[in-house]
Parts: sequence; structure tokens; C-alpha cells
Amino acid sequence: MRASGLRSKDLLGIEPLSPDEINLILDTAEGFKEVSERPVKKVPALRGQLVINLFMEASTRTRVSFEIAEKRLSADTLNFAASGSSVEKGETLIDTAENLMAMRPDMIVIRHKYPGAPKMLAERLPASIINAGDGAHEHPTQALLDAFTIRERLGRLKGVNVSIIGDIAHSRVVRSNIHLLTKMEANVTVAGPPSLIPTEIEKMGVRVAHSLDKAIDGADVIMMLRIQLERQGKLSFPSLREYYNTFGLTEGRLKRAKKSVIVMHPGPMNRGVEIASDVADNPERSVILEQVTNGVAVRMAVLYLLGGAHLSE
Amino acid sequence: MNIKKKLLDATRMDRAIRRMAIEVVEKNRGIDDLIIVGIRSRGVPIGERMAKEITAMEGTEVPFGILDITLYRDDLTTIAPQPVVKPTKLPEPIDDKVVVLVDDVLYTGRTVRAALDALIDFGRPRKVMLAVLIDRGHRELPIHADVIGKTVPTDANEVIKVKLAETDDEDEVLIMEK
Repeated sequence: MRASGLRSKDLLGIEPLSPDEINLILDTAEGFKEVSERPVKKVPALRGQLVINLFMEASTRTRVSFEIAEKRLSADTLNFAASGSSVEKGETLIDTAENLMAMRPDMIVIRHKYPGAPKMLAERLPASIINAGDGAHEHPTQALLDAFTIRERLGRLKGVNVSIIGDIAHSRVVRSNIHLLTKMEANVTVAGPPSLIPTEIEKMGVRVAHSLDKAIDGADVIMMLRIQLERQGKLSFPSLREYYNTFGLTEGRLKRAKKSVIVMHPGPMNRGVEIASDVADNPERSVILEQVTNGVAVRMAVLYLLGGAHLSE
Repeated sequence: MNIKKKLLDATRMDRAIRRMAIEVVEKNRGIDDLIIVGIRSRGVPIGERMAKEITAMEGTEVPFGILDITLYRDDLTTIAPQPVVKPTKLPEPIDDKVVVLVDDVLYTGRTVRAALDALIDFGRPRKVMLAVLIDRGHRELPIHADVIGKTVPTDANEVIKVKLAETDDEDEVLIMEK
């Protein structure tokens, strides 16, 4: 039986979703992708609904993508960033949220540096909460748009070999992707410097490869992760140059992978650190910009599915 | 639900759709600028069959498109769960064209209202016509059909069930009673 709706009023992560719910979101996103290709890129589905974008941590891509998705669904949007707001004056997250709630939003999209912040809001507020990244916990819409892109390119998720390379320990993108891909029966391999691979990660149902070559051998999808340069002071490996030499994806290394392999990156990229420029710009292999386009369709699907009437209310 | 009456069998449905196709061509004095657009879901196979009839009749292919009206429904915020959204596919720009919207049953007129709003977002047709297989009355909006397969007076507690070979394995139209 396919799911006809989402069970929860919120999207807090991939972990609580069933495979049916994931398929429902991806199928719905297919319908929404076409909206962005119309002369009038707008549909009245969320007319009159207020969506607050509460971004307490820096973000351009995700925030802009959500905002475009909301506008294409005709929702009213309000952007709230930590800097220049009452947060700088010492207001707690709950107070901020309750004050925003007093303005009667239907949905709140939240990014926060603390894992669990979206869950805390979801339990206290009647609005639908969408997690746009919470610390190292989850980034569900990123994993959904990655899955959408894989499915669009390869026609399926089941049995697809996906290798994720980089900082596995601190990445919410990886956590959400592992949850999603294993639920959909894809085969996931992770690789990176040993200091950035959590012990017992195998318990999440993934294989660990100890070199880039081993990771990309037989892969259908190579997902490169960003090395977080802002954490440069406490890098877990000797130098960026050494990282590039060991785990950077270059054209030479890509030649050893399957001819049909696709290369993904959640962005923003560090060219010459985790990925070589010619790989990032390779028109046959790189789907990095498709991921951005698909991000809007997937977020429209999530907003639409959460935005309707709720049975429990 | 009980079956009260069979309105159309496969042969009669076939005839009705053929006549609807002829009427569309007749009313437009030809097929210049004509686009047939089926409303999801059962307007699609009916529209497709009409387009096929017209193509066979006139010897020139008539463009055919599919319109999904889900996002334009006026009850979207009050029904749960959310209805499934599928893509709209129009074969060419509709500006200055004659668009024939096709649906299975015309009832309250709300679907057609949504379809008109959806269509207008794609351009400005010269003319929009409506063709339906069954007109069962009980309009809630000032909308009428230009081409009708069969007009059937109904009670509000009756349901018209249109079955099509493409989606339901057989062609027939039934009146059911709640």
C-alpha cells in the first residue's frame, strides 16, 4: 500500500519516515518540478498560509531554495535570521518561537546549530515544523533532493551503489542520506580520513572503505562532502593539500570508476580541496546543479504535503 | 453502493465520444489552432480518444495535452490527506489557440473552474471550450459545457461512475446509489 499522506505534522528528519512516505514525497516532487518550467512559475496551493523561515545559522542555498519553493506555492513568507534580531539581545529559542507563533504561522522552517531544536519547537507549537538542518543531526530535505536526483538519473534507488566521501562524523547531510538510502535498500559506502569516520558507523547499515579508490570502485553515485574550512583551526587531518591528494576527486581517479557514474555535492564546494574543478564542471558526470534545481521541487512537495489540513486538528 | 442503472456500455460510449469529436470540429469549422486538453484523471483517456478520432477524420494530427488541477482546487486547505500532484503536460504554447478541455463528468463545475485558472497560467488562449462525456446537472458555479456526450438528470445522493478501458479495464458508465 502506498502512503496517501504524511503521518506527522512535521518533517524533523528522515529517520522517522517510512519508505512509503519517502516515495510519496519523491513522487509528489515530480509533479512540482514541472511547475518551475512554466511561463508563470506559481500555483495557488498554499495561498493564505504563512511560512516563517527561522534561520539561526548561516545558510544561503537552503534558505533561498525554501523561499523560492514557498513563493511558487503562493505562501506568504517571513524571513527571520539570528543576526540583527532579538536573539542577539539574549532571547531564548522558545521565547523567539512563541513570539513568532503569536503571529499565527502555518509552518516554520528552522535551521539551528543545536541538534533537536526543531523537535523542541514541534512539541510546543501547533505549526508544522520543517527541519532545514540541526547541528550534526539531520538535514532531511537535502537527503530527499539527493534521492530525487539519483532516482531521476538512474531510475531507481533500490540496489544502487552510493559512495559518500568526506567528513562523515560531523555531517548532518550524511546522517540523513544514510537513513534514507538504507531505508530504500540502496548500498551505501562511506570513506574519509579515519579521524572523520565515527566508530561503529557500520551499525547504520553502511560499509566503510579505507581509500578513495576502494570507495568509488563499482559505485553508481559518488557523493562528495564539503570539508568545513571554517573549522580549519581544528582540522582532523594534516593539511588541505594532503586531503586533496588522498580524498580529493580528480578526473584521473574518476576514470577508474564506472563510466556511467554520477558525481554529487551538497554545496558549497571547495574546488581543489574535496573536488577538482574539472570534475565539478564535467557535463556528463556532475549533477551538482541539477541537485539545486531539484531542491526547489522537493521542498515544494514537502511544504505541500505538510501544508494541507491535518486529520488530527 | 448499489448499481442503479447502466448509462452507457462500450459501444454507446464509443459512439458518444466519436460524436463529441465531430461536434468539436464542426463548431470550430476545422481543426486550425485546435488543442485537446484532458483533465486528470479520467478526462485524459477521453480526450485522447477524441484527439485520435479527429486525427483520423481530418488526416492531420491534433495536439493533445494533460492538465493537472490539484493545486488549483478550492478545497485544498480543508481536505486531508493532500491529493496526489502529477505534472501538467501541454504539447505547445496555448497563446491564441482554441483549447478544448475534456472531462468525464460535469457536476458542480468546480473542477472546470480550477482547470480554467490552471490553463490561464500557461498563456492566453483565443477560446476555451468544454467537452464532457456526462453532464449530470447540480451546478454550483456559472459554467456550462459546449459539447456533451450524454445529459443525465440525477439526484444529489447518486454517484456517476465512469469506467474506461485505460484505467479500469472496461468501458461503461453507471449510476450508483449511496
